Amino acid sequence: MEMLQLNDLHKTFNPGTVNEKVALAGVSLQMEAGDFATIVGSNGAGKSTLFNAITGGFIADEGSILLGGQDITFAPEHQRSKVIGHLFQDPLKGTAPNMTIEENLALAYLRAGTAPNAIFSRISRKDKALFREKLALLDMGLEDRMKQPVGLLSGGQRQALTLLMATLVTPKLLLLDEHTAALDPATAEKVLALTKSIVAEKKITCLMVTHNMHQALELGNRTLMMDAGRIVFDVKGAARSKMTVDDLLEKFRENAGKNLDNDRILLSKVEK
Amino acid sequence: MLASIFSLNVLQTALELGCIYGLVALALFLSYSILNIADLSTDGCFTLGCAVACQVALTGHPILALAAAMAAGVCSGFVTAFLQTRLGVESIMAGIIVNTGLYTINLAVMGFSSTMSLVKTPTIFSMAKTSLGFLGSWYKLALAAGIIAVACAAMLGFLGTRLGLSIRATGDNAAMVRASSINPAFTITVGLCVSGALCALSGGLLAQYQKSCDINVGTGMVTIALASLIIGETLVGKRTMLRRILGVVFGSCLYRFIVAVALRFNVPAAAMKLVSAIIVAVAISMPAIREHFAFEKRRHAARARRTVTNREGQ
Repeated sequence: MEMLQLNDLHKTFNPGTVNEKVALAGVSLQMEAGDFATIVGSNGAGKSTLFNAITGGFIADEGSILLGGQDITFAPEHQRSKVIGHLFQDPLKGTAPNMTIEENLALAYLRAGTAPNAIFSRISRKDKALFREKLALLDMGLEDRMKQPVGLLSGGQRQALTLLMATLVTPKLLLLDEHTAALDPATAEKVLALTKSIVAEKKITCLMVTHNMHQALELGNRTLMMDAGRIVFDVKGAARSKMTVDDLLEKFRENAGKNLDNDRILLSKVEK
Repeated sequence: MLASIFSLNVLQTALELGCIYGLVALALFLSYSILNIADLSTDGCFTLGCAVACQVALTGHPILALAAAMAAGVCSGFVTAFLQTRLGVESIMAGIIVNTGLYTINLAVMGFSSTMSLVKTPTIFSMAKTSLGFLGSWYKLALAAGIIAVACAAMLGFLGTRLGLSIRATGDNAAMVRASSINPAFTITVGLCVSGALCALSGGLLAQYQKSCDINVGTGMVTIALASLIIGETLVGKRTMLRRILGVVFGSCLYRFIVAVALRFNVPAAAMKLVSAIIVAVAISMPAIREHFAFEKRRHAARARRTVTNREGQ
């Protein structure tokens, strides 16, 4: 079954001015349920814009978005967030710093609420037990700090908590926008391992932006490449498993018709 | 001399007013501290509560007057919220616009006269005098304290619900509220409506307490309420929600006590707004001043140490 279907999405920012910027120039994409695709592309290729179009940060100028068979093209952001989880590079973005871990989780758990009066409910003992159990899976000792404000946690802990919040109620789609890029290598690895296990366990359909070419080929079952607001390359299955980082870079040049201008991509090639 | 300044009578009046005005401080606690919105419609909203309560107490019933004042406050809060969530008006501008508009509305409610009197009308305080007669002269305080205690308990309970949590998160990280499937426009609207209700309730109580209403009664209310809020936060702390709420009431009472003392020192009533402004400025700048002194102290100590070492070196 197709979980996500993007049909010819277009978005131009500041149309008709000198700052006109074509951010999405006809993006079409089909994702099967349980697909995990990585996205690479130079800065300004439209990766984050694509994510914002899907979550409803803005409404696309043209095209349509179907999620789980439902047309969500014009649904407001807060409605889409019931079924879409979104993690950003900035680990501070996904949590409320002055509220406790428990309170943050309680808000995330609201997405499960079906009864209209759920907003007047309080955090129950059952909720607390559930939160404690889920926090323990992160293996960061957060289950013993549930009454502490999130602002006291480290960036890595906050990103792990955000990941937990986004998947506490299994979303139909998880969007990861370089969510480990701002963390130190050891923590990044840990958050990535958590991501892999949660996504695999709950069979979440997932899109992940990365600048690490190894990750792009290693994680998930599909790799997409974006340039100038379009998906220029899409590989999965046997063709993908045969691919090397050099092949991927070569593909980029071929498709985009220019050299890579992103130093981070080049660096990540040198590193390994 | 001192005995006459700190008499029981002064304390009692300060506590009564502190409890009544404490409701405005509680309203600002919700809009300013929790939602992080500077709602400048407070002044007009307070007068609105005053005017509506006067009018309803004259023609209806004193308790109904409080309910009517609160309903009027909800409307005022709703308009402020509507302007900023749906029509894209800057939050400070939204408050100023509503405040300006309310002046005319308040005059209209008061029958286009700038004052109203409740001298011959039963008020909730005259009712309390008969039913709480056994308390002697403390009946006013008992009533005002009872009302604010209920308001505080309700606020504490409300902020513990998921709706309350979402309102708190809206002031903390609005993007995160959207991500948990709640529309921040909704939480802001609810927050400002509750805040408006509390503010107007305070006005309605004051009208019945002083048996009159004046079109300028709300002038400077936002400054005074902010002062109470900050005095409370500085002296009581803000570790738990209960502490923060109690701090607001404490700050309001302390502020009224300072004002009462100032009046006892024969500060003319006309100068009270200036005194208020100074108290607010001092209260708000307290943390910065404290920090500056700590910095100077440390620098002096370091400099003194350096001089000693230099001398020893020679």
